Amino acid sequence: MSKLFSKEHEWVDVLNDDIVRVGITDYAQQELGDIVFVENPEVDETVTANESMGTIESVKTVSEIYVPVSGVVVKINEELDDEPELVNTNPEDEGWLVEIKITDREGLTNLMNREEYQNFIENGGE
Amino acid sequence: MENQRTILYDKHVALGAKIVPFGGFEMPVQYSSIKEEHRAVREAVGLFDVSHMGEVILEGESALESLQVLLTNDASKLEVGKAQYSLMCNESGGTVDDFLVYQLDVNKYMVIPNAANRERDRKWIEQHVRPGTTVTDVSDDYALLALQGPKAVDVLQSLTEVDVKSIDMFRFKADVEIAGAHAIVSRSGYTGEDGFEIYCDTKDAGTIWDALLETGQPEGILPCGLGARDTLRFEARLPLYGQEITETISPLEAKLGFAVKVNKDTDFIGKEALASEKENGPSRKLVGIEMLEKGIPRTDYPVYNQDEKRIGHITSGTQSPTLGKNLGLALVEADYAALGTEVIVGVRKRKLKASVVRTPFYKR
Repeated sequence: MSKLFSKEHEWVDVLNDDIVRVGITDYAQQELGDIVFVENPEVDETVTANESMGTIESVKTVSEIYVPVSGVVVKINEELDDEPELVNTNPEDEGWLVEIKITDREGLTNLMNREEYQNFIENGGE
Repeated sequence: MENQRTILYDKHVALGAKIVPFGGFEMPVQYSSIKEEHRAVREAVGLFDVSHMGEVILEGESALESLQVLLTNDASKLEVGKAQYSLMCNESGGTVDDFLVYQLDVNKYMVIPNAANRERDRKWIEQHVRPGTTVTDVSDDYALLALQGPKAVDVLQSLTEVDVKSIDMFRFKADVEIAGAHAIVSRSGYTGEDGFEIYCDTKDAGTIWDALLETGQPEGILPCGLGARDTLRFEARLPLYGQEITETISPLEAKLGFAVKVNKDTDFIGKEALASEKENGPSRKLVGIEMLEKGIPRTDYPVYNQDEKRIGHITSGTQSPTLGKNLGLALVEADYAALGTEVIVGVRKRKLKASVVRTPFYKR
């Protein structure tokens, strides 16, 4: 299945029935600039849709990461501890943030497909 | 109020700059990447449009005396062609603004207020000058470019007949022809590197900007935004008004005592408070801190002692692009200012260990 996108500029990749991988979009990383630190949640932490699950820090500023779905964190991208810049160079692949076992598939229906997301950012992305 | 644009705004947009509001202006915060722009200035050369800074002229037979009353540094040490860093304080010793003062001529000086303080500074100056000093805000007539980095001198020299290499630090030449336009060229800056600040007529700013970018190309020049300006000045521990110094922070607390001359001949505004603070030692001190646990200190984060009693706050902080360390400047109670003191920084929900370290973090 192809990726889904949130208004907070995260992407969600449904890996199988109930596991999704989450990251931030190319648009989001461009807005943030040079990323120097990613503060992910811990494995086994429960996260709630549209609430902050962590922060991304660029040279200039701190931004909350809003998780687009509810569930339990099953895996975090440990590469980002040493190479947070992967979020800049490859946001939709190597720069992924966490994998979440979702508790509520309904949350996915509120997300946009890539075309809808493109339209959203072309109209200001806010 | 609508934000102003500098005369070079369209050029910034064409160069792909991200624009943010700052001090009442729409300013470029970065063009390519803050880290790349930062590195260009440390290793080669970068060009900044800082035309948002103000220019105020004080002129008249009492101009020097007016400066002596208004400012903490000793303006009588100036001469034509010389610049001096100075501070303007209130009666309680808090900081109204910090700026360079240029002596342009006998009885004629120019001060460079921070963008956000322009109006307030002009009013403050007008209220406190001696009779016989006229105050003129010429900010809208001038553009200001900063050419900074170890290659700045070569780039500028190749564009002018005037010997700019021989201009000493904190000296300036008033009529330098660059690419056919005339400018005041000052050996100064806000990055911790060698470099120049170039004041010119707004109508000439585009010509000079383009010529510098073109001439600097073989040296790796990059246009640089306010983002890199902030990380560069931070590493060099140059204060940012509103963070390291404010109306409730004195220059002595901010380690700017070198520009506070309590023994100069004229009584200046804030002298009494600053003289007593100097004698007793300031109750708070600006220190450098390095994070010992993972996290980045940011402006206004609380700082605690080992017993988790609040002892101060972070004034500026980032991951230093040059050193790769998570560093901050913190205003803390004087008891905690010794090098090596362990403190705790509240980074959002977490409390992380940090240690007081030597500043400036970077020295060329």
